[in-house]
Amino acid sequence: MRKVKTEGIVVSQNKITDVIFDIWIQTVIAKDAKAGQFVGVYPHDGTILLPRPLSICEVSPDKEKIRLVYRVAGKGTAEFADYQAGDKVLLLGVLGNGFPVNEADGKQVFLFGGGIGIPPLLYLAKTIARPDAVDIFLGYRDNAIFLAGELKAYGMVQIATEDGSIGTKGNVIDAACLSAKKADIIMACGPMPMLRAIKAYASERGIKAYLSLEERMACGVGACLGCVCKTTKADSNTNVHNARICTEGPVFEAGYVEL
Amino acid sequence: MNLSVNIAGTLFKNPVMVASGTFGSGKEYSEFVDLNKLGAVVTKGVASTPWPGNPTPRIAETYSGMLNAIGLQNPGIDVLIERDLKFLKDFDTRVIVNVCGKTTGEYLETVEKLTAADVDMLEINVSCPNVKEGAIAFGQNAKSLYDITKEVKKKAKQPIIMKLSPNVTDITEMALAAEAGGADALSLINTITAMKIDIHRRSFALANKTGGLSGPAIKPIAVRMVYQCAKMVKIPIIGIGGIANSDDAIEFILAGATAVQVGMMNFVTPTLTAEIIGGIGDYLKKYNVPDINDLIGAVS
Repeated sequence: MRKVKTEGIVVSQNKITDVIFDIWIQTVIAKDAKAGQFVGVYPHDGTILLPRPLSICEVSPDKEKIRLVYRVAGKGTAEFADYQAGDKVLLLGVLGNGFPVNEADGKQVFLFGGGIGIPPLLYLAKTIARPDAVDIFLGYRDNAIFLAGELKAYGMVQIATEDGSIGTKGNVIDAACLSAKKADIIMACGPMPMLRAIKAYASERGIKAYLSLEERMACGVGACLGCVCKTTKADSNTNVHNARICTEGPVFEAGYVEL
Repeated sequence: MNLSVNIAGTLFKNPVMVASGTFGSGKEYSEFVDLNKLGAVVTKGVASTPWPGNPTPRIAETYSGMLNAIGLQNPGIDVLIERDLKFLKDFDTRVIVNVCGKTTGEYLETVEKLTAADVDMLEINVSCPNVKEGAIAFGQNAKSLYDITKEVKKKAKQPIIMKLSPNVTDITEMALAAEAGGADALSLINTITAMKIDIHRRSFALANKTGGLSGPAIKPIAVRMVYQCAKMVKIPIIGIGGIANSDDAIEFILAGATAVQVGMMNFVTPTLTAEIIGGIGDYLKKYNVPDINDLIGAVS
């Protein structure tokens, strides 16, 4: 489907933690959305103009609704948190490349999610749909955890918290090092320090890894060159060692990006 | 009802273009807008060699606008000619290539390579605030601006538009210098040098510390500068700065612009250019104006 700016309708919204919200939106964007892709959500407030890039947490079975699980981080997301069922929401999408789900076929998969990087793992794990072959490592700051319960249906969930209140004390790599299993492929989304650690973890063990990156974005469609990441080879589009996270990404093979 | 305008002998089907850097090479927004409808596509600034641009974060949001410090990342003129111009050739719209450089020689090298290209006009970027060398350094000194305009004009096969910076004490001085140097048209304004600080991290919002402010926040400044320059020069002016709808576009035209460029608001409404073209037509109908040219500088 072509990318569109379109009006969606809020179906429901719940507050999961003090700052994490869970919204379902009816939209045509749902039809072709893949795991790891994202949408831009425009605030109605006319003084803040740019679309907020939010990852797609999952798509309804009828492919008519998307679910976004997001953190209130500023004025725009605070506005979204007030949306009620029936409200209109302006969306740009569907954006980005998504995870290469087919590459997980027949393999033992480790999924890593940190904080607000966890939501896209739900749709990813559901799409892979082999719970016995999927280990999911989730990192949180403290006991304000979210989506862990739902993810249990799609893989073996192991939790790490920075304060040790739940699961392994430490980060997702600490949790993975305790696991007796070995991954054939890794897919991850989370903060940059976590992705750096996963890149090193994967590289040391010779495991192929795909990392979903984030960066400040303006257009979301590859025009403004605001959201680039450093690449190890000259990118075929930009002809320099930069790839556009919104377009070539947000998911990159770990060896292709310099973090 | 006539929407077409003439700039330096080039006829544009309507006065609505896109601002360099906000529309990629045109391809990125072709999913949203029929490029055939546009007066012109102005491509992202291109240099003689590929430029990697600045570190990230390159983007910060501000009230009714944004800061950018992309640093003119571009794939180099050879890729632009081979890939982007070939893509644009299939559309019935004018193509303007925005040219940047660190030295006069670099500008001229790019302009030289474009002499044989299928391009309607060149827009010379002497006003980007986000690179350390070249660019704005040429646009903040009347003598340098005159000199580079003259050099580029000598080399260029296509008419040249000098894109002016608002980061000067008196923009009319720059407009006159560019005109004296042989510019066929002016475009203004480029972004305004600005800064944002993240008070929670106590750090700069942009890796480059400063960036260029664009968006509706700067529109009144841009309208004022277009008005001032239009009174001083005889060459046509293309108005740029926070245009968000057809009312804004008409405001620039009344201030003295022959055409307008839509910039960061493409990010907000990807179909905006087409909507503005429609809106200008509606305005002409509403006020029974037969020709858009009748509105140029018609403020009183």
